[in-house]
Amino acid sequence: MLSLIKLYGEVAMSESREIAIDVRAAVKRYGDFTALKTISLSIYDNEFFTLLGPSGCGKTTLLRMIAGFEDVTEGAIFLYGDPIADLPPNKRPVNTVFQNYALFPQMTILDNVAFGLEMRGQSKSQARKAAGEMLELVQLSQFAARKPSQLSGGQQQRVALARALAPKPKVLLLDEPLSALDLKLRKAMQLELKHLQRETGITFIFVTHDQEEALTMSDRIAVMSAGELQQLGEARDIYERPRNMFVADFIGETNLLEVSVDAINAGRATCHLGGGHELSCNSVEGVNVGAKVHMSVRPERLFMSEGPTDSEGLKGTVRENIFVGTDISTLIDLDDGPKFIVRTSNSDRGNKRIFEPGNEVYVNMEMEAARLLVD
Amino acid sequence: MAGGAASGGSASTDTYKEARNWLLLPAWVYLGVFVLIPVIMMLVYSFLTKEFRGGVVWEFSTAAYDQFFFDRGLFGDEPAKIEWTYITIFWRSIWQAAAATLLALAIGFPTAYFIATRPERARPMWVFLITIPYWVNLLIRTVSMKFMLRDTGPLNDVLIGIGLINDPISIINTNFAVQLGLFYSYLPFMVLPIYASVERYNFSLSEAAADLYASKWVTLRRILLPAVKPGVIAGCILVFVPSMGSFLAPDLLGGAKNFMIGSLIEEQFKGNAGNWPFGAAASMVLLSMVLIILMIFARQQAKAEKEVS
Amino acid sequence: MRRSKYDIKSLPGFFGITILCLFILYAPLVVVTVYSLNDSNSITNWEGVSLRWYVDVFSGHESQKFKIAAWNSFTIAIIAATVATTIATLAATAMVRGGKFKLRTVSFGLISLPLMVPEIVLAVATLIFFNSVGFTRGYATILIAHIAFCIPFAYLPISARMQGIDDSYEQAAQDLYATKRQAFTRILLPMMIPGIISGYLLAFIVSLDDFIITNFVKGAGVETLPTAIFGSVKQGIKPNIMAISTMLLGVSVILVTISYFVSKTDNKK
Repeated sequence: MLSLIKLYGEVAMSESREIAIDVRAAVKRYGDFTALKTISLSIYDNEFFTLLGPSGCGKTTLLRMIAGFEDVTEGAIFLYGDPIADLPPNKRPVNTVFQNYALFPQMTILDNVAFGLEMRGQSKSQARKAAGEMLELVQLSQFAARKPSQLSGGQQQRVALARALAPKPKVLLLDEPLSALDLKLRKAMQLELKHLQRETGITFIFVTHDQEEALTMSDRIAVMSAGELQQLGEARDIYERPRNMFVADFIGETNLLEVSVDAINAGRATCHLGGGHELSCNSVEGVNVGAKVHMSVRPERLFMSEGPTDSEGLKGTVRENIFVGTDISTLIDLDDGPKFIVRTSNSDRGNKRIFEPGNEVYVNMEMEAARLLVD
Repeated sequence: MAGGAASGGSASTDTYKEARNWLLLPAWVYLGVFVLIPVIMMLVYSFLTKEFRGGVVWEFSTAAYDQFFFDRGLFGDEPAKIEWTYITIFWRSIWQAAAATLLALAIGFPTAYFIATRPERARPMWVFLITIPYWVNLLIRTVSMKFMLRDTGPLNDVLIGIGLINDPISIINTNFAVQLGLFYSYLPFMVLPIYASVERYNFSLSEAAADLYASKWVTLRRILLPAVKPGVIAGCILVFVPSMGSFLAPDLLGGAKNFMIGSLIEEQFKGNAGNWPFGAAASMVLLSMVLIILMIFARQQAKAEKEVS
Repeated sequence: MRRSKYDIKSLPGFFGITILCLFILYAPLVVVTVYSLNDSNSITNWEGVSLRWYVDVFSGHESQKFKIAAWNSFTIAIIAATVATTIATLAATAMVRGGKFKLRTVSFGLISLPLMVPEIVLAVATLIFFNSVGFTRGYATILIAHIAFCIPFAYLPISARMQGIDDSYEQAAQDLYATKRQAFTRILLPMMIPGIISGYLLAFIVSLDDFIITNFVKGAGVETLPTAIFGSVKQGIKPNIMAISTMLLGVSVILVTISYFVSKTDNKK
């Protein structure tokens, strides 16, 4: 209950914005299996909103419920205030870009894009004209007379986009549309989508399992796992202040320490590790004195030193260095506990000492780097 | 499984579930009226009395079945003995069908195996070659077989020509001719299911076995054979069942001495000498046999498929 | 591919048997074709190549009979195939895209019933049915019987094709405001055309070729090509029979080939 209010609290902070999609206590069951266990969230007008999570977490199910392809077992969904859970998909002013694009193979690109408009009642010539303009927007006008099979994957993707946007829906749903593209193309499309959303002002709801993608594109992200909402917030927020183990681990890389909380004073918690070493960091709601919780620290917020700097340093031995272009990841076996990863950027090379495997090293945390997790 | 991604997976869905009863109605009505009801009528007719010129009198009687199984003498007043005539005909039908099936298996299995082990792109072509003859009119195929097997026909000409025999051998109008005819008619039906089974077989399994030093034949026997059993069973049924009830092959190739169930039934409905209830009864017996066989084999197949997985 | 002695893909003798199999399947047909070109009155002596028997089919003393029979066969095949394909398409839509429902297995059993029952049993049953309702045997009874057993033949390729079509297309259509009927007619049906054509051709061939059922329900006055041929064969195999057989053979082969290529083109999409 508390967490529900907390969720709403984060959302309620910006009440002045109009809510495009309001999901209230939605549950989805297939026989004995529960795919979604009471999800509530609000998506704002003109927002790029992402549902993020591993496969099987329920994000696609939720998207399909908003589109109308899955029934809502319990709960309600509102579109700009109107209930839509009982409407069939063809009566919802919401359009979808499918993962496999689902372009109609026997029609030309132009007719594909014009389809939604035709179904809405426009004459064929009217629809084709509007479709033509849409194709200009995605820079595919020269392919208007071709069939989908004659286009590349990236081009098909843009057609799917154009087709879904042509009828000017109130909300655009995108079901992992970039997963079939190769890396460079995907990164280009990520930016393009973001710009498209800004330009059209339509609310985009984006589903992906790629957390980097989510962080790049989204205004806000809803992290889901096993049918439950884990955390909802802006990208930076979720990254720097993960609420629980799942979110901390799923988004980016992190180091986890098991700690016991000794005392909490004025928002600061003092904890100790298994071997007795003391640490302190900001306290989080939900953590009590005496609790055993996990502490999360991002690899890039750590730095290494030859000898102890101040009381927060942890001693360990370097196992391996991994060069990843922009950074070096150093894997360290701590004396007291788990394996740590420290990420050092490759800038300012001359001044930094490289620690070789076998070296003894002290791992230090930057201020406010550590975060207690509630799970 | 979270609701199936919109990208697909299963293409058997419930998109039209509201309309499905209406969609199925034509099929139900048509097949119900023109297939189900006729079969039921046939059951009814088998319990009626025969009309002199063919057709029936609507009087209940078990005379048809009685006539099939029992001999009550010329005037029907002697104590009942088993009537062997028709049972013999039945038995012969089973025999012929079995022989044809074995023949089909002997030729069909290696053929199916061969095709299934060809490179993937060549397979449809082979399958196509095997199935074309099936789509040629059965009558024509049987007639052509008759033509070939005649005393003065090409087969004998060739055999004499290459010196194997001196006088033409009389193949036509023998059991063997009928078996040959049946085998020829339904051979593709043996090949195709076996082909499907072998194609599905994961040959890397046998490579794994080879890794463990099993010889070719051991691998074949202990791993491949059980895996293709469902296909073999299906093929056997698909040849055996139609062969049992076949009419053209025994009629054109077997002559008077090789009466099979099909010919017996056909005779009952020809002209004025027929006995409709008897014909109906014989059909019911045939149908029952076929259904029993189908059920037995279906169970065998289900078992064999479970073994495979 | 390694041809080690552990490679069970190539078993000894199997290639030979396959060739034998093909030979057995095609030899009689080839022989009939060859002999149809025999320039002799008797079928036993070979007297040179000639098309006279083909000419005889069209203008000889039996030609009228065969022409009417051919007309009957083809018209019945066209009508039966059309009706059967329509019924089968609707049924397939319900079975493949209708979700799981209680009567589904039974429906499938009913649809495949004509395939499972021996043809002669079906023939007898149909004859009895017409007799019991007083339906005079003739063209109409043949047609009615043909439609019944054509349905499963049309159904199988149509159903197979439909199962191979991902349902995301129809979903996309509905997402774009199409009603279910529009999704069916504008999206699904066009994608199914190769399957429907296959089904139609199969039903057509099966109807054209049918002998036993037709023979039972046709009554005295009507002949189709197979029954006419049969009647003629009973009096002895004459060369013009060979010619007709070859022609019918040719038609079947052409239709099957068309069906094959139709199904191949759509796999390339």
